[in-house]
Amino acid sequence: MAERHLVDARGAFCPGPLMELIAALRHAAIGDEVEVWSTDKGSAADIPAWINKVHHDLVSINEADGRWSIVIRKAK
Amino acid sequence: MPKKILIVGGGLAGTIVANGLCRQLKDELASSAVAISMLGASPKHMYQPGLLYVPFGRMRESELFRDQRKVLDRRVPYFIDPAKHIDTDKKTVLTESGKSHAYDFLVIATGSRIRPDTIPGMAEGAHWFYDLDGARKMRDALRDFQGGKIVVNVNAPHKCPVAPLEVTFMLRDFLAAKGVLDKSEITYTYPIGRLHGLEPVAQWAVPEFERGGIKSETFFNTKSIDPKAKTITSEEGSTLNYDLLVTIPPHTGQQVITDSDLGKGGWVPTERNTLLREGSNDVFIVGDTTNLPISKAGSTAHFEADTIVDNLSSLIKEDRWARNYDGKVFCFMETGLHSGTYVWFNYTTPPNPGPPSQMIHWFKLAYNRMYWLSASGLL
Repeated sequence: MAERHLVDARGAFCPGPLMELIAALRHAAIGDEVEVWSTDKGSAADIPAWINKVHHDLVSINEADGRWSIVIRKAK
Repeated sequence: MPKKILIVGGGLAGTIVANGLCRQLKDELASSAVAISMLGASPKHMYQPGLLYVPFGRMRESELFRDQRKVLDRRVPYFIDPAKHIDTDKKTVLTESGKSHAYDFLVIATGSRIRPDTIPGMAEGAHWFYDLDGARKMRDALRDFQGGKIVVNVNAPHKCPVAPLEVTFMLRDFLAAKGVLDKSEITYTYPIGRLHGLEPVAQWAVPEFERGGIKSETFFNTKSIDPKAKTITSEEGSTLNYDLLVTIPPHTGQQVITDSDLGKGGWVPTERNTLLREGSNDVFIVGDTTNLPISKAGSTAHFEADTIVDNLSSLIKEDRWARNYDGKVFCFMETGLHSGTYVWFNYTTPPNPGPPSQMIHWFKLAYNRMYWLSASGLL
Protein backbone atom coordinates (compact mmCIF):
# COMPACT_ATOMS: atom_id res chain seq x y z
CA MET A 1 0.00 0.00 0.00
CA ALA A 2 1.61 3.28 -1.13
CA GLU A 3 2.17 5.80 1.63
CA ARG A 4 2.31 9.57 1.52
CA HIS A 5 5.13 11.20 3.47
CA LEU A 6 5.08 14.85 4.43
CA VAL A 7 8.23 17.00 4.41
CA ASP A 8 7.46 20.32 6.10
CA ALA A 9 10.36 22.45 4.86
CA ARG A 10 8.69 25.81 5.42
CA GLY A 11 11.26 28.38 6.53
CA ALA A 12 14.11 25.97 5.84
CA PHE A 13 17.37 27.67 4.88
CA CYS A 14 19.60 24.65 5.35
CA PRO A 15 19.67 22.15 3.94
CA GLY A 16 16.69 23.32 1.91
CA PRO A 17 13.51 21.79 0.56
CA LEU A 18 15.08 19.89 -2.35
CA MET A 19 17.68 18.25 -0.12
CA GLU A 20 14.96 17.40 2.40
CA LEU A 21 13.01 15.80 -0.45
CA ILE A 22 16.06 13.80 -1.60
CA ALA A 23 16.57 12.54 1.95
CA ALA A 24 12.88 11.59 2.28
CA LEU A 25 12.89 9.71 -1.03
CA ARG A 26 15.69 7.50 0.28
CA HIS A 27 13.30 6.06 2.86
CA ALA A 28 10.24 5.92 0.67
CA ALA A 29 9.19 2.81 -1.21
CA ILE A 30 8.63 2.86 -4.98
CA GLY A 31 5.08 4.09 -5.48
CA ASP A 32 5.04 6.17 -2.27
CA GLU A 33 4.31 9.85 -2.52
CA VAL A 34 6.27 12.61 -0.80
CA GLU A 35 4.59 15.96 -0.25
CA VAL A 36 6.95 18.89 0.30
CA TRP A 37 5.76 22.12 1.88
CA SER A 38 8.05 25.03 1.11
CA THR A 39 8.06 28.80 1.43
CA ASP A 40 11.12 29.02 -0.84
CA LYS A 41 10.18 30.27 -4.30
CA GLY A 42 13.35 28.80 -5.87
CA SER A 43 12.37 25.31 -4.78
CA ALA A 44 9.14 25.54 -6.75
CA ALA A 45 11.35 25.52 -9.85
CA ASP A 46 14.28 23.40 -8.54
CA ILE A 47 12.16 20.47 -7.39
CA PRO A 48 10.24 19.88 -10.64
CA ALA A 49 13.51 20.31 -12.59
CA TRP A 50 15.22 17.64 -10.51
CA ILE A 51 12.21 15.28 -10.59
CA ASN A 52 12.30 15.50 -14.36
CA LYS A 53 16.06 14.81 -14.45
CA VAL A 54 15.89 11.65 -12.33
CA HIS A 55 12.56 10.39 -13.72
CA HIS A 56 10.34 10.43 -10.66
CA ASP A 57 6.71 11.53 -11.17
CA LEU A 58 5.50 15.03 -10.38
CA VAL A 59 1.96 14.47 -9.09
CA SER A 60 0.94 18.04 -8.32
CA ILE A 61 2.24 21.50 -7.49
CA ASN A 62 0.06 24.12 -5.77
CA GLU A 63 0.72 27.48 -4.21
CA ALA A 64 -1.42 29.32 -1.67
CA ASP A 65 -0.46 32.27 0.54
CA GLY A 66 3.24 31.90 -0.21
CA ARG A 67 3.35 28.21 0.60
CA TRP A 68 4.08 25.66 -2.11
CA SER A 69 2.84 22.10 -1.84
CA ILE A 70 4.65 19.79 -4.24
CA VAL A 71 3.74 16.11 -4.42
CA ILE A 72 6.18 13.63 -5.95
CA ARG A 73 5.74 9.91 -6.54
CA LYS A 74 8.87 7.77 -6.24
CA ALA A 75 9.07 5.98 -9.56
CA LYS A 76 12.31 4.01 -9.22
CA MET B 1 9.68 9.80 44.47
CA PRO B 2 12.10 11.96 42.48
CA LYS B 3 11.12 13.21 39.06
CA LYS B 4 13.25 11.14 36.73
CA ILE B 5 14.91 12.78 33.75
CA LEU B 6 16.47 10.25 31.41
CA ILE B 7 18.84 11.36 28.64
CA VAL B 8 19.46 8.88 25.86
CA GLY B 9 22.71 9.70 24.08
CA GLY B 10 26.09 10.83 25.43
CA GLY B 11 27.20 13.14 22.61
CA LEU B 12 27.30 16.92 22.68
CA ALA B 13 23.55 17.54 22.82
CA GLY B 14 22.84 15.07 25.62
CA THR B 15 25.87 16.17 27.60
CA ILE B 16 25.01 19.88 27.45
CA VAL B 17 21.44 19.07 28.54
CA ALA B 18 22.68 16.97 31.46
CA ASN B 19 25.26 19.51 32.63
CA GLY B 20 22.92 22.46 32.18
CA LEU B 21 20.14 20.77 34.13
CA CYS B 22 22.56 20.01 36.96
CA ARG B 23 23.40 23.69 37.13
CA GLN B 24 19.79 24.92 37.12
CA LEU B 25 18.32 22.13 39.25
CA LYS B 26 21.08 21.88 41.87
CA ASP B 27 18.67 22.35 44.76
CA GLU B 28 16.25 19.76 43.41
CA LEU B 29 19.10 17.30 42.86
CA ALA B 30 20.40 17.90 46.40
CA SER B 31 16.97 17.24 47.91
CA SER B 32 16.36 14.25 45.61
CA ALA B 33 13.29 15.90 44.13
CA VAL B 34 14.90 15.27 40.74
CA ALA B 35 17.18 12.50 39.45
CA ILE B 36 19.00 12.73 36.13
CA SER B 37 20.65 9.79 34.38
CA MET B 38 22.21 9.15 30.99
CA LEU B 39 22.54 6.19 28.63
CA GLY B 40 25.36 6.20 26.12
CA ALA B 41 27.39 3.98 23.83
CA SER B 42 30.97 4.92 24.73
CA PRO B 43 33.16 5.75 27.71
CA LYS B 44 34.72 8.46 25.54
CA HIS B 45 33.36 11.82 24.39
CA MET B 46 34.63 12.77 20.94
CA TYR B 47 34.96 16.29 19.54
CA GLN B 48 33.59 15.41 16.11
CA PRO B 49 34.56 18.61 14.21
CA GLY B 50 38.18 17.76 15.00
CA LEU B 51 37.99 14.82 12.61
CA LEU B 52 38.26 17.29 9.70
CA TYR B 53 41.79 18.17 10.80
CA VAL B 54 43.07 14.59 11.28
CA PRO B 55 43.60 13.69 7.59
CA PHE B 56 45.69 16.84 7.14
CA GLY B 57 47.82 16.15 10.21
CA ARG B 58 46.51 19.28 11.94
CA MET B 59 45.14 17.55 15.06
CA ARG B 60 46.34 14.48 16.91
CA GLU B 61 43.78 11.76 17.51
CA SER B 62 44.15 12.01 21.28
CA GLU B 63 43.08 15.69 21.16
CA LEU B 64 39.61 14.61 20.04
CA PHE B 65 38.74 12.53 23.09
CA ARG B 66 38.03 12.93 26.80
CA ASP B 67 36.47 10.53 29.25
CA GLN B 68 32.73 11.11 29.21
CA ARG B 69 32.72 10.51 32.97
CA LYS B 70 34.92 13.60 33.39
CA VAL B 71 32.95 15.79 30.96
CA LEU B 72 29.61 14.85 32.54
CA ASP B 73 28.56 16.31 35.90
CA ARG B 74 29.33 13.80 38.65
CA ARG B 75 25.72 13.97 39.85
CA VAL B 76 24.55 12.20 36.66
CA PRO B 77 24.90 8.40 36.65
CA TYR B 78 26.21 7.39 33.23
CA PHE B 79 25.41 3.92 31.94
CA ILE B 80 27.48 2.69 28.99
CA ASP B 81 24.54 0.61 27.85
CA PRO B 82 22.88 1.88 24.67
CA ALA B 83 19.12 2.10 24.36
CA LYS B 84 17.60 -0.77 22.43
CA HIS B 85 13.91 0.17 22.58
CA ILE B 86 12.16 3.37 23.62
CA ASP B 87 8.52 3.01 24.73
CA THR B 88 6.90 6.43 24.99
CA ASP B 89 3.56 4.93 26.05
CA LYS B 90 4.99 3.02 29.01
CA LYS B 91 7.64 5.72 29.55
CA THR B 92 10.47 3.23 29.72
CA VAL B 93 13.69 2.64 27.83
CA LEU B 94 15.07 -0.86 27.44
CA THR B 95 18.84 -1.15 27.05
CA GLU B 96 21.14 -3.54 25.23
CA SER B 97 21.95 -5.33 28.52
CA GLY B 98 18.25 -5.85 29.23
CA LYS B 99 17.81 -3.19 31.90
CA SER B 100 14.71 -1.03 31.94
CA HIS B 101 14.84 2.68 32.82
CA ALA B 102 11.59 4.49 33.64
CA TYR B 103 11.31 8.23 33.15
CA ASP B 104 9.09 11.23 33.81
CA PHE B 105 10.90 13.32 31.18
CA LEU B 106 12.90 11.86 28.32
CA VAL B 107 15.52 13.63 26.22
CA ILE B 108 16.42 11.75 23.04
CA ALA B 109 19.88 12.77 21.83
CA THR B 110 20.90 9.73 19.83
CA GLY B 111 22.49 11.68 16.99
CA SER B 112 23.21 10.47 13.48
CA ARG B 113 25.53 8.02 11.78
CA ILE B 114 27.16 7.66 8.40
CA ARG B 115 25.76 4.97 6.11
CA PRO B 116 28.29 4.30 3.31
CA ASP B 117 26.73 0.82 3.14
CA THR B 118 23.64 2.33 1.51
CA ILE B 119 25.45 3.23 -1.72
CA PRO B 120 26.96 0.34 -3.70
CA GLY B 121 30.76 0.49 -3.75
CA MET B 122 31.11 3.40 -1.34
CA ALA B 123 32.57 1.47 1.59
CA GLU B 124 35.20 -0.13 -0.65
CA GLY B 125 36.01 2.77 -2.94
CA ALA B 126 35.67 6.00 -0.99
CA HIS B 127 37.43 7.83 1.81
CA TRP B 128 35.74 9.94 4.45
CA PHE B 129 36.62 11.82 7.63
CA TYR B 130 33.31 11.42 9.45
CA ASP B 131 34.62 8.77 11.83
CA LEU B 132 38.07 8.11 13.29
CA ASP B 133 38.77 5.02 11.24
CA GLY B 134 37.83 6.85 8.04
CA ALA B 135 39.91 9.89 8.99
CA ARG B 136 42.95 7.66 9.57
CA LYS B 137 42.56 5.94 6.20
CA MET B 138 42.11 9.30 4.47
CA ARG B 139 45.24 10.57 6.22
CA ASP B 140 47.21 7.64 4.83
CA ALA B 141 45.74 8.10 1.34
CA LEU B 142 46.64 11.81 1.32
CA ARG B 143 50.15 10.99 2.51
CA ASP B 144 50.57 8.65 -0.48
CA PHE B 145 48.82 10.86 -3.04
CA GLN B 146 51.19 12.06 -5.74
CA GLY B 147 48.74 13.96 -7.93
CA GLY B 148 45.68 13.07 -9.99
CA LYS B 149 41.92 13.53 -9.93
CA ILE B 150 40.20 14.01 -6.60
CA VAL B 151 36.41 13.89 -6.45
CA VAL B 152 34.76 15.35 -3.34
CA ASN B 153 31.30 13.77 -3.38
CA VAL B 154 28.49 15.09 -1.17
CA ASN B 155 25.42 13.06 -0.22
CA ALA B 156 22.29 14.10 1.68
CA PRO B 157 21.45 14.20 4.45
CA HIS B 158 24.67 14.78 6.32
CA LYS B 159 25.75 16.48 9.51
CA CYS B 160 28.09 19.45 9.58
CA PRO B 161 26.70 21.42 6.65
CA VAL B 162 29.84 23.31 5.67
CA ALA B 163 32.29 20.40 6.00
CA PRO B 164 32.12 19.52 2.27
CA LEU B 165 33.33 23.00 1.33
CA GLU B 166 35.88 23.04 4.15
CA VAL B 167 37.49 19.77 3.11
CA THR B 168 37.59 20.92 -0.52
CA PHE B 169 39.42 24.16 0.33
CA MET B 170 41.73 22.39 2.78
CA LEU B 171 42.52 19.73 0.17
CA ARG B 172 43.53 22.41 -2.28
CA ASP B 173 45.89 24.05 0.22
CA PHE B 174 47.24 20.61 1.21
CA LEU B 175 48.03 19.70 -2.39
CA ALA B 176 49.71 23.07 -2.93
CA ALA B 177 51.86 22.60 0.16
CA LYS B 178 52.76 19.08 -0.99
CA GLY B 179 53.81 20.44 -4.39
CA VAL B 180 51.35 18.36 -6.40
CA LEU B 181 48.60 20.90 -7.05
CA ASP B 182 49.73 21.44 -10.64
CA LYS B 183 49.38 17.68 -11.26
CA SER B 184 45.95 17.50 -9.61
CA GLU B 185 42.33 18.36 -10.27
CA ILE B 186 39.55 18.62 -7.69
CA THR B 187 35.91 18.11 -8.73
CA TYR B 188 33.20 18.73 -6.13
CA THR B 189 29.77 17.15 -6.61
CA TYR B 190 26.55 18.29 -4.90
CA PRO B 191 23.02 16.82 -4.94
CA ILE B 192 21.10 19.99 -5.86
CA GLY B 193 21.58 22.63 -8.53
CA ARG B 194 24.10 24.76 -6.62
CA LEU B 195 27.24 24.30 -4.53
CA HIS B 196 25.52 24.24 -1.15
CA GLY B 197 22.10 23.83 0.44
CA LEU B 198 22.35 27.36 1.85
CA GLU B 199 21.89 29.62 -1.16
CA PRO B 200 24.04 32.52 0.18
CA VAL B 201 26.84 30.06 0.96
CA ALA B 202 26.51 28.55 -2.51
CA GLN B 203 26.75 32.00 -4.11
CA TRP B 204 29.72 32.89 -1.91
CA ALA B 205 31.47 29.65 -2.94
CA VAL B 206 31.24 30.22 -6.71
CA PRO B 207 34.08 32.81 -6.99
CA GLU B 208 36.05 30.94 -4.29
CA PHE B 209 35.95 27.80 -6.45
CA GLU B 210 36.92 29.79 -9.54
CA ARG B 211 39.82 31.38 -7.68
CA GLY B 212 40.98 27.98 -6.47
CA GLY B 213 40.58 26.24 -9.82
CA ILE B 214 38.07 23.82 -8.28
CA LYS B 215 35.65 22.15 -10.69
CA SER B 216 32.11 21.21 -9.76
CA GLU B 217 29.17 19.15 -10.91
CA THR B 218 25.79 19.89 -9.39
CA PHE B 219 22.60 17.81 -9.51
CA PHE B 220 24.79 14.80 -8.72
CA ASN B 221 23.02 12.22 -6.53
CA THR B 222 25.29 9.23 -6.12
CA LYS B 223 23.97 5.99 -7.54
CA SER B 224 27.03 3.73 -7.28
CA ILE B 225 30.81 3.61 -7.08
CA ASP B 226 33.05 1.16 -8.95
CA PRO B 227 36.17 0.76 -6.80
CA LYS B 228 38.01 -1.26 -9.46
CA ALA B 229 37.35 1.10 -12.35
CA LYS B 230 37.58 4.10 -9.99
CA THR B 231 34.39 5.69 -11.24
CA ILE B 232 31.42 7.26 -9.50
CA THR B 233 28.02 7.41 -11.21
CA SER B 234 25.00 9.58 -10.45
CA GLU B 235 21.26 8.98 -10.61
CA GLU B 236 21.24 11.78 -13.17
CA GLY B 237 23.38 9.67 -15.54
CA SER B 238 26.82 11.25 -15.09
CA THR B 239 30.03 9.23 -14.47
CA LEU B 240 33.27 10.70 -13.14
CA ASN B 241 36.71 9.10 -12.98
CA TYR B 242 38.79 9.55 -9.86
CA ASP B 243 42.20 8.69 -8.45
CA LEU B 244 41.07 9.59 -4.94
CA LEU B 245 37.43 9.76 -3.85
CA VAL B 246 36.50 11.71 -0.72
CA THR B 247 32.86 11.31 0.16
CA ILE B 248 30.47 12.84 2.68
CA PRO B 249 28.34 9.68 3.09
CA PRO B 250 24.58 9.83 3.49
CA HIS B 251 23.49 9.72 7.13
CA THR B 252 20.62 8.18 9.01
CA GLY B 253 19.55 8.38 12.62
CA GLN B 254 20.23 5.53 15.02
CA GLN B 255 18.71 2.08 14.71
CA VAL B 256 16.94 2.38 18.09
CA ILE B 257 14.75 5.18 16.72
CA THR B 258 13.62 3.06 13.77
CA ASP B 259 13.22 -0.07 15.90
CA SER B 260 11.11 1.88 18.40
CA ASP B 261 8.92 3.17 15.57
CA LEU B 262 9.75 6.74 16.54
CA GLY B 263 10.67 8.07 13.12
CA LYS B 264 11.54 7.15 9.55
CA GLY B 265 15.24 7.07 8.79
CA GLY B 266 15.96 7.41 12.51
CA TRP B 267 14.78 11.04 12.63
CA VAL B 268 12.10 11.82 15.21
CA PRO B 269 9.28 14.21 14.19
CA THR B 270 9.92 17.26 16.37
CA GLU B 271 8.00 20.50 16.92
CA ARG B 272 10.30 23.25 15.66
CA ASN B 273 9.92 25.73 18.54
CA THR B 274 9.36 23.61 21.61
CA LEU B 275 11.62 20.71 20.51
CA LEU B 276 9.05 18.34 21.96
CA ARG B 277 8.44 15.13 20.08
CA GLU B 278 5.31 15.67 18.02
CA GLY B 279 2.39 14.38 20.07
CA SER B 280 4.36 14.30 23.37
CA ASN B 281 4.59 16.71 26.26
CA ASP B 282 7.34 14.86 28.12
CA VAL B 283 9.77 13.80 25.39
CA PHE B 284 12.32 16.29 24.05
CA ILE B 285 14.38 15.69 20.93
CA VAL B 286 17.74 17.40 20.53
CA GLY B 287 20.60 17.53 18.04
CA ASP B 288 20.88 15.47 14.87
CA THR B 289 18.02 13.18 15.97
CA THR B 290 15.28 15.67 15.08
CA ASN B 291 13.57 15.64 11.70
CA LEU B 292 13.70 19.44 11.56
CA PRO B 293 14.73 20.93 8.19
CA ILE B 294 17.68 22.74 9.74
CA SER B 295 21.41 22.07 9.74
CA LYS B 296 22.57 19.00 11.60
CA ALA B 297 25.43 20.85 13.27
CA GLY B 298 27.14 21.00 16.63
CA SER B 299 25.95 24.55 17.14
CA THR B 300 22.36 23.52 16.40
CA ALA B 301 22.68 20.83 19.07
CA HIS B 302 24.15 23.38 21.46
CA PHE B 303 21.46 26.04 21.01
CA GLU B 304 18.69 23.44 21.08
CA ALA B 305 20.14 21.92 24.24
CA ASP B 306 20.24 25.32 25.95
CA THR B 307 16.56 25.80 25.13
CA ILE B 308 15.63 22.39 26.52
CA VAL B 309 17.63 23.03 29.71
CA ASP B 310 15.72 26.28 30.27
CA ASN B 311 12.34 24.73 29.54
CA LEU B 312 12.78 21.52 31.53
CA SER B 313 14.15 23.46 34.50
CA SER B 314 11.30 25.98 34.27
CA LEU B 315 8.65 23.27 34.06
CA ILE B 316 10.07 21.55 37.13
CA LYS B 317 10.77 24.66 39.22
CA GLU B 318 7.94 26.97 38.12
CA ASP B 319 5.50 24.74 36.23
CA ARG B 320 5.74 26.93 33.14
CA TRP B 321 7.38 27.17 29.74
CA ALA B 322 10.50 29.36 29.49
CA ARG B 323 11.18 30.06 25.82
CA ASN B 324 11.08 28.71 22.29
CA TYR B 325 13.99 27.66 20.07
CA ASP B 326 14.38 30.17 17.24
CA GLY B 327 16.26 27.91 14.81
CA LYS B 328 19.67 29.42 15.52
CA VAL B 329 22.71 27.82 13.87
CA PHE B 330 26.27 29.16 13.87
CA CYS B 331 29.01 27.46 11.88
CA PHE B 332 32.63 28.36 11.46
CA MET B 333 33.87 27.51 7.96
CA GLU B 334 37.50 26.86 7.16
CA THR B 335 38.33 28.26 3.73
CA GLY B 336 41.76 26.61 3.55
CA LEU B 337 44.48 25.65 5.97
CA HIS B 338 45.07 29.28 6.96
CA SER B 339 41.78 31.19 6.63
CA GLY B 340 38.16 30.93 7.67
CA THR B 341 34.77 32.58 7.83
CA TYR B 342 31.48 31.85 9.59
CA VAL B 343 27.79 31.75 8.88
CA TRP B 344 24.84 32.10 11.22
CA PHE B 345 21.10 32.06 10.68
CA ASN B 346 17.81 31.15 12.32
CA TYR B 347 14.26 30.44 11.21
CA THR B 348 13.71 34.05 10.15
CA THR B 349 17.19 35.42 9.33
CA PRO B 350 18.95 34.00 6.28
CA PRO B 351 22.71 33.28 6.32
CA ASN B 352 25.23 35.79 4.99
CA PRO B 353 28.84 34.52 5.02
CA GLY B 354 31.48 37.21 5.34
CA PRO B 355 34.90 37.45 3.72
CA PRO B 356 37.43 34.88 4.97
CA SER B 357 40.19 35.98 7.31
CA GLN B 358 43.10 34.58 9.23
CA MET B 359 41.56 35.93 12.44
CA ILE B 360 38.39 33.84 12.09
CA HIS B 361 40.48 30.78 11.25
CA TRP B 362 42.43 31.31 14.50
CA PHE B 363 39.15 31.73 16.39
CA LYS B 364 38.05 28.36 15.00
CA LEU B 365 41.33 26.79 16.10
CA ALA B 366 40.76 28.30 19.54
CA TYR B 367 37.23 26.90 19.64
CA ASN B 368 38.65 23.46 18.84
CA ARG B 369 40.15 23.70 22.34
CA MET B 370 37.28 25.59 23.98
CA TYR B 371 34.69 23.01 22.88
CA TRP B 372 35.11 21.19 26.19
CA LEU B 373 33.76 24.28 27.96
CA SER B 374 30.63 24.04 25.81
CA ALA B 375 30.23 20.35 26.56
CA SER B 376 30.57 21.12 30.27
CA GLY B 377 27.80 23.69 29.99
CA LEU B 378 30.06 26.66 30.69
CA LEU B 379 30.34 28.28 27.23
